[in-house]
Amino acid sequence: MAGEATKAIPKDVLWGGGRSPFSVSYGKMMMWYFLVSDALTFGGLLTAYGFVRHGAEVPWPIGEQAFEALPGLEGSYPLFYVALMTFILIVSSVTMVLAVEAGHRNDKKSVIKWLGYTIIGGFFFLGSQAWEWSHFIHGSGGAYQLAQPVTVNGTLDNGETMQFTLNAGERVFMDHHFGHLMEPYLKGSNNIFLTEGAEGIAITEIGDHGHSAKLDFLTLNKYVENKATVSGDEMKKLWDARSDNFVFGANLQFSEYTQHQDYAGFFFFITGFHGFHVFSGVLINIIVFFMVVRGVFERRGHYEMVEKIGLYWHFVDLVWVFVFTFFYLI
Amino acid sequence: MERDDLIVNDSYSLAAHHSEEKGVKIRKNVIKVTVILTLITVVEVAMGIYFKRSEAFSWTAIKWTFIVLTLVKAGYIVMSFMHLGEERKNLRNAVLVPYILFILYLIFIALSEGIAHFDAFDALK
Repeated sequence: MAGEATKAIPKDVLWGGGRSPFSVSYGKMMMWYFLVSDALTFGGLLTAYGFVRHGAEVPWPIGEQAFEALPGLEGSYPLFYVALMTFILIVSSVTMVLAVEAGHRNDKKSVIKWLGYTIIGGFFFLGSQAWEWSHFIHGSGGAYQLAQPVTVNGTLDNGETMQFTLNAGERVFMDHHFGHLMEPYLKGSNNIFLTEGAEGIAITEIGDHGHSAKLDFLTLNKYVENKATVSGDEMKKLWDARSDNFVFGANLQFSEYTQHQDYAGFFFFITGFHGFHVFSGVLINIIVFFMVVRGVFERRGHYEMVEKIGLYWHFVDLVWVFVFTFFYLI
Repeated sequence: MERDDLIVNDSYSLAAHHSEEKGVKIRKNVIKVTVILTLITVVEVAMGIYFKRSEAFSWTAIKWTFIVLTLVKAGYIVMSFMHLGEERKNLRNAVLVPYILFILYLIFIALSEGIAHFDAFDALK
């Protein structure tokens, strides 16, 4: 940063050879060029995502509805978790900028402190992403396809009642208590039983950790516009019209979030590729951290290496800002 | 073995040293940028929650607001955190100009080819 770049140097000296016309070292310039090419990769991924999404013939999941869970909590917290991840990454970017600043004062102790915080922030982000992936793959209760057309009344989020005419093949969503027992039941688990009687529909697991879940409501359009819940006799109609096609969570072929097969693929590839960048960033930060501790840069007389890995780390934050907007918000 | 590129580079790196007083000023700026980035993120999430897609307002306008806010955030990160704003202008241009040109071209080609595909499939129906 700054330094000689703020000095006025005549053009013929600047471009006359024997020096960098950019007034930066070879390593720093190459880091910038690497980041430009890496940014093009991410730009290509996000453009491809926009291309597929725009051409999709089924509704695309809405971020606020597909990502609304917080670890260990019931209820709906739209985008809170992703916002928290964004904040963690921004904060670790800030500690990195402070490490670079300390390096410019040759303040070894402060560099160690701030670089250490940056590494911790990186681990927090990676952990958050691991949970996010696990939740995404696991799903929020799953869905089944209708075997025949049904017309039911559902309650919208604002309390209004709306009539839905559903075709065969459309999806109906279960809540996660019921759905997460339904999944092993359908796989043929011996100690899970589905009961349908006057008291309603329930699924029970027997054994040491046995528990039971009642089917209180089904959800229509869970991840798209006009989300509605259906309960009571109307729900029974939906339940009886079910086919054998159930889907739980997400993988590379299909997902419960949409019938579009590429949605989960883009989620895995874009956030995964970014997560891989964070992972390698943390590794590089750890290596440089130990170099700082051992006094390599103190002997060298400058902490430019911290500045270079700082560029990479900020870039990771920068990419996340775009992923956050284009994957989660829009 | 001594690496000659390291020795030449040292002159640029050493020029980036700054004093204690300047450090205080720089840290103050860092905190300012942090607050701005956090506030923008909070506003974005609040907008995402508040505006439901089915309601009668222009979702296009909201979308563009998101994109503009994102570009503002990106600008702060690149110019302030990555110090590109403080580098020599020719480095700034060598980084930004090729990237912006490529990205605009990529978006243009995705849109125009996408529309061409759409028309071609439409004609087959």
